[in-house]
Amino acid sequence: MQLPDPSFLLIQCLSGLTYAMFLFLIASGLSLIFGILRVLNFAHGSFYMLGAYLTYQFVSYFINSPAYFWWAVLFASVSVALIGGIIEMLLLSRLYVREELNQLLFTYALVLILGDFAKIIWGTGQLSISRPAILKGAVQIFGQYFPEYNIFIILLGPGIALLFWLIMTHTRWGRIIRAAALDREMLGTLGVNVSWLFTVVFTIGAWMAGLGGALVAPIAAIVPGMDVEIIISAFIVVVIGGLGSFWGTLLGAVILGQVISFGILVLPRLSMVFIYILMAVVLILRPWGLLGKPLKR
Amino acid sequence: MILEVTDIYTSYGLSQILFGVSLKVETGEVVSLLGRNGVGKTTTLRSIMGLTPPHSGSITWKGKEIARKLPHQIARMGIGFVPEDRRIFSDLTVWENLDVAIKSAKKTGQGWTMERVFELFPALKPIQKRRGGYLSGGEQQMLTIARTLMGNPNLLLLDEPSEGLAPIVVHQLGNQIMKLRQEGMTILLCEQNARFSLQLSDRLYILEKGVVRYRGSVADFRKDEEAYKTYLAL
Repeated sequence: MQLPDPSFLLIQCLSGLTYAMFLFLIASGLSLIFGILRVLNFAHGSFYMLGAYLTYQFVSYFINSPAYFWWAVLFASVSVALIGGIIEMLLLSRLYVREELNQLLFTYALVLILGDFAKIIWGTGQLSISRPAILKGAVQIFGQYFPEYNIFIILLGPGIALLFWLIMTHTRWGRIIRAAALDREMLGTLGVNVSWLFTVVFTIGAWMAGLGGALVAPIAAIVPGMDVEIIISAFIVVVIGGLGSFWGTLLGAVILGQVISFGILVLPRLSMVFIYILMAVVLILRPWGLLGKPLKR
Repeated sequence: MILEVTDIYTSYGLSQILFGVSLKVETGEVVSLLGRNGVGKTTTLRSIMGLTPPHSGSITWKGKEIARKLPHQIARMGIGFVPEDRRIFSDLTVWENLDVAIKSAKKTGQGWTMERVFELFPALKPIQKRRGGYLSGGEQQMLTIARTLMGNPNLLLLDEPSEGLAPIVVHQLGNQIMKLRQEGMTILLCEQNARFSLQLSDRLYILEKGVVRYRGSVADFRKDEEAYKTYLAL
């Protein structure tokens, strides 16, 4: 068997990384919400989907502005954050005292409601928007072309990861959020309004999902069903990396991105199978994920 | 009167723990709440703090009713809670544990800073960067008190501070609580270790099965051999 051209492999690797950065953005929001609120948010993929649809919508509003794409990304991701915050404040916050099953059913209900909502407003067809003007081109890497927009995403991912890490470790807000993940009752007795903190964390998580959806809009089809597709992948990422572990999420996203990207080369129809095998192996050997910690209750 | 608990009834789920507990703490006093395991000492403190609110009765703090308030509101009004199992944020360093607990001193007039806390607990100063999970029992106990002090409380609710500590560490802790007392801190101290607790206190309450069985000054209690035998001799 002849080995493929190295530059082709590099491009494949970069494609995998692009996908990984979206997965990271979604999965880290999911992981953050689980880590602090102890709620597994099925609707996280729906926030991602809303981010993409709203970007499509805002692009049509801002089309006459030169930086219309960036405005649309900003407005769409912030709208999703606000929707998330309102949902947490008015509805989800009432369910923390209930069993976990009630919370799961609630977030699953949100998946169905938001999915139908999107179909009613934007229909069932496939929508798309074009890449922003300044990133329309492609760069040549060893003779192969690779889109500039994807390079932007590959650079943005670690940037957001770094920013996030700095906030969590070097700001008082970050320290309070980490403390909330460890012992929320104790934190309350120290004078921190934990229910407000939960709203803020859920809003940030929803914003990350919305931003992921907004940024994926120019390079993916905006269709009903993108919510469920991404949430499954995001769950796999956090299972592999370790739910609640920040670096684990990044590692899980990179692994998943690469396995899908190269799996397609080896056995195109079975690329997802590799992922499930990997997840099964991790679950058997390290049920808490590669970089996670065993959950204490 | 700074804290007044009047006839509170508190339950955990279906099991009732407190049956009409009343107690008072005056400004600058150290008051012991004694009794054997499971008589409702911790529940009394948790009721005051709003963690397990009483279903009837009243709790007033500086003249305001607080029985229906939330823990963070009660904390902001100047009550500091030091839980029995310490509950250090294990993944945060000593410094970070103290930092998250900082609250403005505007309402309470206390002026606790990191420096002042390290003055009271010098052992914490060299281990500021160590994670809470890697501390010894004594260090954790100091940290949990220090952390609560960062919120500038007027009243400290101390739950079993001597539990699980070596005698020499308990002795040291006693000195530190004494120092707090000398600086004018008001303290409600729950203990099973009566000897430790009484040497620090002005007055005491003894709980039995969710009811106050004895109340009085430490001096009177020491003279009352019968009461001592009935309630504390094991």
